Amino acid sequence: MNRLISYIKTFSLWELLKGLSVTQRNFFRKSVTLEYPDEKTPQSPRFRGLHALRRYPNGEERCIACKLCEAVCPALAITIESNVSEDGTRRTSRYDIDLFKCIYCGFCEEACPVDAIVETRIHEYHMEAPGENIMTKDKLLAVGDKYDAMIAADKAADAKYR
Amino acid sequence: MSDDVVNIEVDGKPVEARKGQMVIEVTDQIGAYIPRFCYHEKLSIAANCRMCLVEVEKAPKPLPACATPVGEGMKIFTKSPYAVAAQKATMEFLLINHPLDCPICDQGGECELQDLAMGYGRDVSRYQDGKRVVKDKDIGPLVSTDMTRCIHCTRCVRFGEEVTGKQQLGTIERGENMKISTYVEQGIDHELSANIIDLCPVGALNNKPYRYSARAWEMIQHETVSPHDCVGSNMYAHVLRGTVKRVVPRNNDDINETWLSDRDRFSYEGIYSSDRLQQPAVKENGEWRSIDWEEALGILADSLGRADSEKVGLLASPSSTLEEAHLLARLATHLGTANLDHRVGQRDFSGQDADPVFPWLGCSIAELEEQDAVLVAGSNIRHEAPILAHRLRKAALRGASINFANSARYEYFFDVSDYADGAGLVELLAGIAVAAAGSKKLPAGIAALTEGIKAGDAQKGIAKSLQDGTSSSVLLGNIAMRHRAFSAVRDLAAFIADATGAKLGFVTAGANTAGAHLAGVLPHRAAGGVAREKSGLDASAMLSAELDALLLLNLEPGADLPEIAEQNFVAALTPYDSASLREVADLLLPVGTFAETSGTYVNVAGTWQSFAGVAKPVGDARPAWKVLRVLGNLLDADGFEYVSSEDVREELRKQVGDPSPSNEVTTSMTHTRVNGEDAMTDEVDVPLYAVDAVVRRAAALQMTPEAKRVKSDTV
Repeated sequence: MNRLISYIKTFSLWELLKGLSVTQRNFFRKSVTLEYPDEKTPQSPRFRGLHALRRYPNGEERCIACKLCEAVCPALAITIESNVSEDGTRRTSRYDIDLFKCIYCGFCEEACPVDAIVETRIHEYHMEAPGENIMTKDKLLAVGDKYDAMIAADKAADAKYR
Repeated sequence: MSDDVVNIEVDGKPVEARKGQMVIEVTDQIGAYIPRFCYHEKLSIAANCRMCLVEVEKAPKPLPACATPVGEGMKIFTKSPYAVAAQKATMEFLLINHPLDCPICDQGGECELQDLAMGYGRDVSRYQDGKRVVKDKDIGPLVSTDMTRCIHCTRCVRFGEEVTGKQQLGTIERGENMKISTYVEQGIDHELSANIIDLCPVGALNNKPYRYSARAWEMIQHETVSPHDCVGSNMYAHVLRGTVKRVVPRNNDDINETWLSDRDRFSYEGIYSSDRLQQPAVKENGEWRSIDWEEALGILADSLGRADSEKVGLLASPSSTLEEAHLLARLATHLGTANLDHRVGQRDFSGQDADPVFPWLGCSIAELEEQDAVLVAGSNIRHEAPILAHRLRKAALRGASINFANSARYEYFFDVSDYADGAGLVELLAGIAVAAAGSKKLPAGIAALTEGIKAGDAQKGIAKSLQDGTSSSVLLGNIAMRHRAFSAVRDLAAFIADATGAKLGFVTAGANTAGAHLAGVLPHRAAGGVAREKSGLDASAMLSAELDALLLLNLEPGADLPEIAEQNFVAALTPYDSASLREVADLLLPVGTFAETSGTYVNVAGTWQSFAGVAKPVGDARPAWKVLRVLGNLLDADGFEYVSSEDVREELRKQVGDPSPSNEVTTSMTHTRVNGEDAMTDEVDVPLYAVDAVVRRAAALQMTPEAKRVKSDTV
C-alpha cells in the first residue's frame, strides 16, 4: 500500500507542488528584503559604528585625555598620548583608534566622563591603503564635526534611558 | 612581663603593644588597615583629617587612631558599624569641597582620597551649595599645585618643618578659609622639597615636569638606583612604552628611607634631552661623519691596538657602573697600560698609595644619624649627598653635635654646634688637630702643617665634642677631595679621627667611586686594591700628557674635566653630543644613560646595588658595558665572553670577594705648608645641579632658583 502511494506521489510531482505552494504563498506577502544601498534598514540611535570625537558648541575639544577609554578598551585598540596644551589644560597629543582591532563594543563611549568619544551610526566606510585603518585624532574630530547634529540627536534620544 | 608591654584587643584579637605607641601603629603592624590621610610614619602626628576614627570601648566618642596612645586593656574596633559610620561621615565632609576633576587629575588612579572614597564615600553628594575654590600658587618648576583639591592634611607643612627644616609651606587663615601657602610668593627650593609630591594624599601637589603626560595605571614600574650621588638612593622608574615618565622613591630604611632628592627625581628629563648622540660619528680631516657601529668599533680597536701601550689612557666617570669599570680595567690590563683613572676633579694624587682600598662613609648610612658628634670637613654635604645631609640633620635634632670645617659657610637648617670657617681647609683642620692633640706630640708628617697654628674657639669645641662623643665621625667631602693639598687634608683628618677616637669617613663623588676603586680603575692599584707593579698616569696627568689614544667614558670635557691637551686620538663613549666633545674627540660612540643600561653601583656604605635597564635606548645608543665587551673581542682579549652584565659583576665579585671596608690611612708622607696654595678661593664646590651630564640636561632642575643662581654667578 505504501509503495502504491509513493508511486502516485512520484508521478504526480506532489513534492514539487508542495514546494511551489510555499513560493506561491510568499509571492503575495510583503517583501522583507531591501534594495541596499538604495534602501536602508532602520537604525537604533544606539547603533555602534564609526567613532568620532566631539567638541563643545564653542569649538573646544571635549576630550581631556583622562585615558579611561584606553584603559577600558578590551581590544587595546586605543592609543593616547597626552600633554599640557598651550592654554594649560590637559589634552591629547595623539588619539589613535585601530579600526581593525576595534570590536565596536562601545565601552569607550560608556567610560568617557565628558561624552567626547562616541560611536556614530556610520557603518559604511572602507579603507584602501594600509594605515587607513588608524583613525587619528584629526580624522575622529572631522567625523565628529561632520555628523555633529546626528550625534547630538542620538544622544538626546537615548538620554532618558540613562 | 616588662612594664613596656600593654595588652590590647583589636577587633577581638588580643595584641601586645609597646607602651606609648599610637593605636594606628599597632594596627599597621598587625595588618588591620585603618583609613588615614594626615598620618605618615615619618612625620609628626597632627590628627587633623579625622579619617582614622575608631571605636574604643568605654570611650564616649570615636577616637582618632593616630593620636590615641594604647592603654592596658583597651578594646579597639576598627571595622565596627560605629567606627565605619564615623569614617564615612568624615569622608562626606572631606568630599564637600573636593572637586570632581579626577579625570584630569594626575593623582587619579593612585589617589588616597579616590581609593578611600570607593570604600567610604556615598555615591551621591548631599551637599547642594557651591564648592570652595582656591587659587593655585606657583611654587617653582618642580611641583605643580591645584590647591582646590587640598584636604588640609598638612603633611607638606610638617615635612617642611620636620624633615627639611626649611619651612616654606604653611597654613594661613582657618576653618573654611584655611589654605596651604608660601606666605609670600616664592618657590620651594630645598633639595628634598619635591618629596611633598609623594606625601600629598590628593592631587594638590604634583609632579610638574610629568604633568598630564601619563596615567599611573599604564606605566610599568622598574626598580633602579640613583646615579647622581654616592648614596645610591633606591628608586622606581615609571616607564610608558619604553620611555621613563617619572621617578619615585623606593623605600629602603638603610639608605634613603622614603625620601628622594630632587636631583634623583627629576634627572630623568636629561635622558630625553635633544642633544643625545644618535649614531657613532668619526672626525676625518676636521669633518664629522656618521658611521655604523661596526666601523666605529673597528676604528677604536685599531687605534687602541696600534698605540704604544705606555701612551694609552682610559678615563671613566665616577658614576660609571661597576661592570663598565671592571671591563675598562681588564681592557687596560690587556693593552698593557696602567693609565687608568676615574678620579676626575681630584688634583692631588701624591698620597694615593696610602688611600684606603675603597673610600667609604666609616659607618652605615643609617648609623650616621646615631652619631654623637660629627665633623664634616671640606664638603657642601647638602649638595653632595642630600640624603646624608638629612641623616645628619636627624642626628642634630636628636642632640648630636654636628660641626663643619670649610672655608665658606653653607646654610644648614639645624643648630650647627661649631663652624670652623674663614680660612683655608688645611689651616682649619690643622687647628682642630692641634686642639685634638692637646699636650701630645703631633706626628712628624703633619707637624709642619700645624706650626704656628693656634686652635680657635670653634676648633677647640669641635675637637672636644668629637672626643666626648661615644660614637663620632670625621667626614671628608668632595671639596676636600678636589683640594690642591688633598693628601694633607686627608692625613690631618685621619689624625683628628685617630686622636679623638672618631671614625674617618668619605663622602665621595659620583655614584660608584667605591665600585671603581674595587674594580681597580686606578693607576696604582688593580682590582681589590692590589698594588700595581708600576703606577700609570693619574686622571690629571693623563689630560696634560701627550697620548696616542685616550678613551673617555661618560665624561664631558669642560664640565667634568678641565682642559685636555692636544691628543693624537680621543674616543668618547658618551650619551650626549656636545660641542666641547666634538672639539676634543675624534670618535664619538653613543652609550646609554643609567636608565638604558643594566649595572651595579657600590654606594658609599659599600652596598652593592644592581639594577636592570629600564628604558628603550635613544637612537643607536648601546649600554657601555656591551661596547667595552665587543671592544675586548675585537682586540682579541681573553675571557671577554660575557653574556650579561651579571656575568661581569660575578667575575669581579669572585675576584675581590666582599672586602670589609676600612678607612685606615697608613701614611709616612711629610707634608709641608705651601703658602698661597691653600687659599680659600681654591676650594671647588660642584653646583647641585651640575654634577653630571644627565643632571645638566634636566630641564626642570635647570630652571630651579638654585641652578639659576649658579648660572648667573658664572656668567
